[in-house]
Amino acid sequence: MISKREANLLRSVTETSLAFYLWIGALSCVALWGLYAYIHQIRTGLIVTGMRDQNSWGMYITDFVFFIGISHAGTLISAVLRVTNAGWRRPITRLAEGITVFALCIGGPMVIIDMGRPDRMFYLFYHGRIQSPIFWDVLGVSTYLTGCIIYLYVPMIPDLAFLAQREEFGQRRRRFYRALSLGWTGSVEEQHLLEKCISVLAIFIIPLAISVHTVVSWIFAMTLRPGWNSSIYGPYFVVGAIYSGAAGVVLSMYILWRVFHLEDYLEPIHFRNLGLLLLAFCLIYLYFNINEYLTTGYKVQGPEKLLVHGLFFGSFSTLFWTVQSMVIIVPFILMTAVLALKPLRRFTPSVLAVASFLIVVGAWAKRYLIIIPTLATPYLPNPKLPYDWLHYRPTWVEWSITAAATAVFLLIYSLFASIFPMVSIWETREDDAAREAAHAMAAPPQPAPQGLGTIRPWSK
Amino acid sequence: MSISRRGFMQGTGGALVASLAAAKETAAQIFHHELPARSVAPTNQKWVMVIDLTKCDGCEDCTRACIAMHFAPPMQEWIRVYEVEDNPAAGPYFLARPCMQCDNPPCVRGCPVGATFKRTDGIVIMDQDRCIGCRNCMAQCPYSARSFNWAEPPHTREELSVPYSTDYNYPHRKGVVEKCIFCPHLLRAGKLPACAAKCTMGAIYFGNEYEDAVTNSKGETIQFSKVTERGASFRLLEELGTSPRVYYLPSANRKYPGPNELKEKEAAEKKL
Repeated sequence: MISKREANLLRSVTETSLAFYLWIGALSCVALWGLYAYIHQIRTGLIVTGMRDQNSWGMYITDFVFFIGISHAGTLISAVLRVTNAGWRRPITRLAEGITVFALCIGGPMVIIDMGRPDRMFYLFYHGRIQSPIFWDVLGVSTYLTGCIIYLYVPMIPDLAFLAQREEFGQRRRRFYRALSLGWTGSVEEQHLLEKCISVLAIFIIPLAISVHTVVSWIFAMTLRPGWNSSIYGPYFVVGAIYSGAAGVVLSMYILWRVFHLEDYLEPIHFRNLGLLLLAFCLIYLYFNINEYLTTGYKVQGPEKLLVHGLFFGSFSTLFWTVQSMVIIVPFILMTAVLALKPLRRFTPSVLAVASFLIVVGAWAKRYLIIIPTLATPYLPNPKLPYDWLHYRPTWVEWSITAAATAVFLLIYSLFASIFPMVSIWETREDDAAREAAHAMAAPPQPAPQGLGTIRPWSK
Repeated sequence: MSISRRGFMQGTGGALVASLAAAKETAAQIFHHELPARSVAPTNQKWVMVIDLTKCDGCEDCTRACIAMHFAPPMQEWIRVYEVEDNPAAGPYFLARPCMQCDNPPCVRGCPVGATFKRTDGIVIMDQDRCIGCRNCMAQCPYSARSFNWAEPPHTREELSVPYSTDYNYPHRKGVVEKCIFCPHLLRAGKLPACAAKCTMGAIYFGNEYEDAVTNSKGETIQFSKVTERGASFRLLEELGTSPRVYYLPSANRKYPGPNELKEKEAAEKKL
């Protein structure tokens, strides 16, 4: 027997609507267009981008930092919530971990797209130098990706075994689930092993996630450039990453909630708790921003004077102030309103979704503002170069590839959601038990038992 | 089916060793071609450049000589002449900026594949056979001394007539980084680098630090230690700790007419 909400959840992997096919088709078109742009870039060279000798990095590196940042959504949040025994995490861990894995799959290759000689990519392993920050990133991101795939997969095993038994699916689909479930029977011994494995993974994932975004920031912080030459960059990037990642989780939670009607799983408490987490990170990020810009803006030392002036009042000022209000100020006001004022509380999910959307888009622009203005103000600018060699302006190729990267991310995520249930079934069963008991007693719902707790076998 | 912990560890370990061996074999097959021998430098040489800013008149002969010598692609200036105004109250002066060949080079530190490296004779060399085009060195270099081949560079028959060497860095290729390398092939022949040899003002001195002598295009040889000491020499952005091998003698009592004076003089000559 399965509960009503589980039957509803299963519908997300058994039924495919016309809208879904249209969505997949549209995303594939964008992805193919991006592929065309990349082929054009390979043939003609990076001259088709807006990058030139002075602004030698551009949108691709922005995308790289952005997607690696978004990837912190998941795993870090779900790992922290697991380790701290937050019971309300259960319905959201999988959708968060999915974001992590797929964002990493997109973020990592952005560096290859940025390379002048992608055909020599394997030199990174063959001739790799451990002294280079680029090499740390290659190591960090690939280790993190491996860890996250395992961390997404292992907690899914009981669900896969469960799906393999369902008769809604065809023979092939069930065989596929059975193969992936590695012969899970749900015995006490297996449950014990799984529990142990997940705990160990959760603990290992946390330092890994922090180190990955730290080494991403070190690509910049290990240079002598004004603005980048800063010791705050590691934690500044990690906080920015978790902030944008948490916003990504809220956004995807809201969308999955609306698309698959998961009201029984994703309740106001989930939005509220994630909103509080997001609000906390908003304030921490505000603190880091003030710290970063005030310390340079107060002293206006040498070449940093040009950089800070460009950001505050100069050619980057419109973007700078728009982004600061988009990432911090507006989301702060929105979140505080729905989280603090009781009459507005019922708007929490949609308002949080709007705030999260602003944060995610703003986070991308924020990465752009970290990278481009610094490159535009070198110690020795070359005034003899033509205007378009000195001023970075992304071309259609860069926009297309960035759009395609986003489309591929959404594509993989959607396909994943149509094959695997986005809410962990076995982990939320405990909630079910508590809910039924509470219902029977006609008392207010009891909080679900906390912790990694006991894992119930499938056959009830 | 039950697997013991020991059996699992043995199996995994075995598989890991086997896959590593296979990966090594595959890599060896992919990279079966040997990379060209890196230029070997004599250890009794340590090249150093002294640029006398009093003499530099900003004519850019050095830039042109360098471009001609290396067939440098368009928009690239491996040695670039800046007009500098340190102090609004004093007149501007010209400053030629080659690669600084830093003794603590940030580009070498940041290169993920060892495509740019320090030779024993002090030169920071660039290997375009190795470069993957990640441009981290360009982000690292505070002197903007590095250029990237954004498109396929235009070729000449002369440029293509020789095999590629790290000694002269051509034929040029798309998607790799280039920079000033102090013309190692000319040094080996006992000649000055192209820029120093073609400087009509004799502003660029070049030599071996171990011999303590630097020479300019006019054949004037001066004692390196003395001139840098007495002439209050400085190095560019010295505070960054890169330890450049290019020294500048400050511009004082310049020995050439200023650009405006020169224009007036030329105009007067034309009238005659």
